[in-house]
Amino acid sequence: MISLSKLRGRSFKDPYNLINALSSGDIWVYLSCLFMGAGNIASGQIIKGLLFFFLEVAFLVFMAVPGGGLYRISMLPSLGDRPQGEVWNEELGIYEYTKGDNSQLILLYGIATILICVLFAVVWRAAVCSSYKARVQRSAGLRPASFGSDLHSLLDDRVHTLLMTPPFAFLLVFTILPLIYMMTMAFTNFSREGDRLVLFDWVGFRNFLTVFNSNSVVGKQFWSVLGWTLVWAFFATFLNFFLGTLLAMLINRHSIKLKGLWRTVLATTIAVPQFVSLMVVRSMLQPQGILNRMLEGADLINSPLPFLTDTAWARVLVIIVNLWIGIPYTILQVTGVLNNIPKEQYNAAKVDGCTPIQTFFHVTLPYMMFVLTPYLITQFTGNINNFNIIYLLTRGEPVSVGNTAGDTDLLITWLYKLSVDQQKYDLAAVIGILTFAVLSIVALVTYRNSGSYKNEEGFR
Amino acid sequence: MRKKRILADVLSYSFLTLLAVVWLLPFFWLIMQSFRKEPGQFIDTFLPKNYTFDNYIRLFTETNVINFSRMFMNTFVIAVFTCILSTFFVLGVSYCTSRLHFKMRRPYMNMALVLNLFPGFMSMIAVYFILKALGLTEGAMIPVALVIVFSAGAGTQFYVMKGYMDTIPKALDEAASLDGCTRWQIFTKITLPLSKPMIIYQIVTSFMVPWIDFIFARIIVRAESKYYTVAIGLWSMLEKEYVWDWYTRFCAGAVLVSIPVAILFMITQKYYREAMAGGVKG
Repeated sequence: MISLSKLRGRSFKDPYNLINALSSGDIWVYLSCLFMGAGNIASGQIIKGLLFFFLEVAFLVFMAVPGGGLYRISMLPSLGDRPQGEVWNEELGIYEYTKGDNSQLILLYGIATILICVLFAVVWRAAVCSSYKARVQRSAGLRPASFGSDLHSLLDDRVHTLLMTPPFAFLLVFTILPLIYMMTMAFTNFSREGDRLVLFDWVGFRNFLTVFNSNSVVGKQFWSVLGWTLVWAFFATFLNFFLGTLLAMLINRHSIKLKGLWRTVLATTIAVPQFVSLMVVRSMLQPQGILNRMLEGADLINSPLPFLTDTAWARVLVIIVNLWIGIPYTILQVTGVLNNIPKEQYNAAKVDGCTPIQTFFHVTLPYMMFVLTPYLITQFTGNINNFNIIYLLTRGEPVSVGNTAGDTDLLITWLYKLSVDQQKYDLAAVIGILTFAVLSIVALVTYRNSGSYKNEEGFR
Repeated sequence: MRKKRILADVLSYSFLTLLAVVWLLPFFWLIMQSFRKEPGQFIDTFLPKNYTFDNYIRLFTETNVINFSRMFMNTFVIAVFTCILSTFFVLGVSYCTSRLHFKMRRPYMNMALVLNLFPGFMSMIAVYFILKALGLTEGAMIPVALVIVFSAGAGTQFYVMKGYMDTIPKALDEAASLDGCTRWQIFTKITLPLSKPMIIYQIVTSFMVPWIDFIFARIIVRAESKYYTVAIGLWSMLEKEYVWDWYTRFCAGAVLVSIPVAILFMITQKYYREAMAGGVKG
């Protein structure tokens, strides 16, 4: 296997790379560094060469025109500082507005321009290598590939270029660019607070210091939200897993009939959209909701139970309601694995006189944990990001006076509130970056310590 | 021993029945509420006192405040385009990462893993600003923006499909290659037909996204009620100024959306199991 991957690694080594091109290319190759496509045209690849050349011209025009790329990048350090002006127009008798700077757009366009420059650098490298290849083939007396055969290779040898470019372009513009954009906001003071929605400035690491400082208002909230997020993720993941496994085993018993029916009934909570099922549960749990009314009607309680209005109640309830949604997922995932546990292990346990409980803890659970570690990690990280259940069920409430985060808010719902409702984009961005940090640490540490990573052959 | 087993069976069945009741009760309640005659969100009895079918009829006939049938059409159109675009993306990326060897393969897969770690809506405000800068957040361009948002991440959601394609024997590709097939022909004539159950799973899954998302859609559509999807529409029925009049109609709408989505989900599960169990034998 190792030798195979080495072989593959070697096959990627293209002799027509940039270093070779610059060290042993002829004059046309050097000319191509300045005028992209020159080498191609000189070797007969007219269309390809012209395409490269036009790309270069387009890029240079984009950079040089007033308000173009160079201007965009030059605005990045200051993020603009001309406020919108008001000028009294005597003749018309009205105030006229002069256009001011918009820091948010300056930041976005600046980053986009930098990305375009990076892309152009990639194209430039491709152009230089391509003309080098054409020159080498030419001097060896070969005819460089025609434009038609280049196009044809898009359906054959380079079909990955054809198939991967559109998805990657979408990722670049609508996932990667927004992420970079969002991250840069963490280093500015882009916030409704202090009226800095139009014009804002770079502030370095100040926002991070505020969040980490446990004496500041935001800092206090951060640590308590982070703590609750981890507690929640732990209980949500392992209670679901544990109870779901038990339930799956119960349904798997020999004497239980209609196994499919039981599983389907439980799976309704996955099938029905969460914004429906959780909104229904939310309205049932309100102070005047049906559950309280029924309990009052039966004279079991005198005043409504504070299901979602008391911190402790609400925290326990979201974990319980999450069982309602999550256990069916576990059953779907676990049923197949349960059937795969080697029968000999059970027989051995029987011979040794294990009780069913001992068998569960010493045979079933370790096996499941081993096989399903990757699943558990995804579940854990998924629960850290479990926006729906918190937002739909409690909206993060109850909220103490003066706090921006409620007592059941996770990092992710807090992030949502900070950016969408409160427009404190600077803090939201910091929380976003920290959420990612927490996620990647959890994923890395658990994965590296898991049995299935250390010992891939372990249980076979 | 036998008595013990019967006792265990009785206990298991009663436990499962109890669970089934708990699991279905909220949905049963929801369906009953959708036939309730009295308006308002909260009532004293578990079941409505008077039943009516009006909530369903008024949902489609009273269109001046919240136009449910238009929302249904909006969502349907958006779902169709999302489905086409993201299925195309996922199939292309899965085929390339599963069958071809090229320099960017590993880096791309690692990048997708890292990107998947970022919570999707960490950057949603930034996505909104970008769409706005592109002029896609006004008027008739809103549905386009929604299609883009729902399918933009498809490039990282290829792991299940790739895993399935990995089980298709490489020998088939090699044989076709010897017969003079180009990679494109191998993709369209061999890999795609053999991945049918998984493709159906993918199509249905991506079709469902616009029906159940209420976060992204709400940020992008904002107050333009003409372009609401059903999820935002249902959500807005529960806002303070509407909830008294609209609660029972919310229930009716929720039932109408949940049934197709639930059926589609069951279909995905069927094909998913089929794909996982069958594979392709070499």
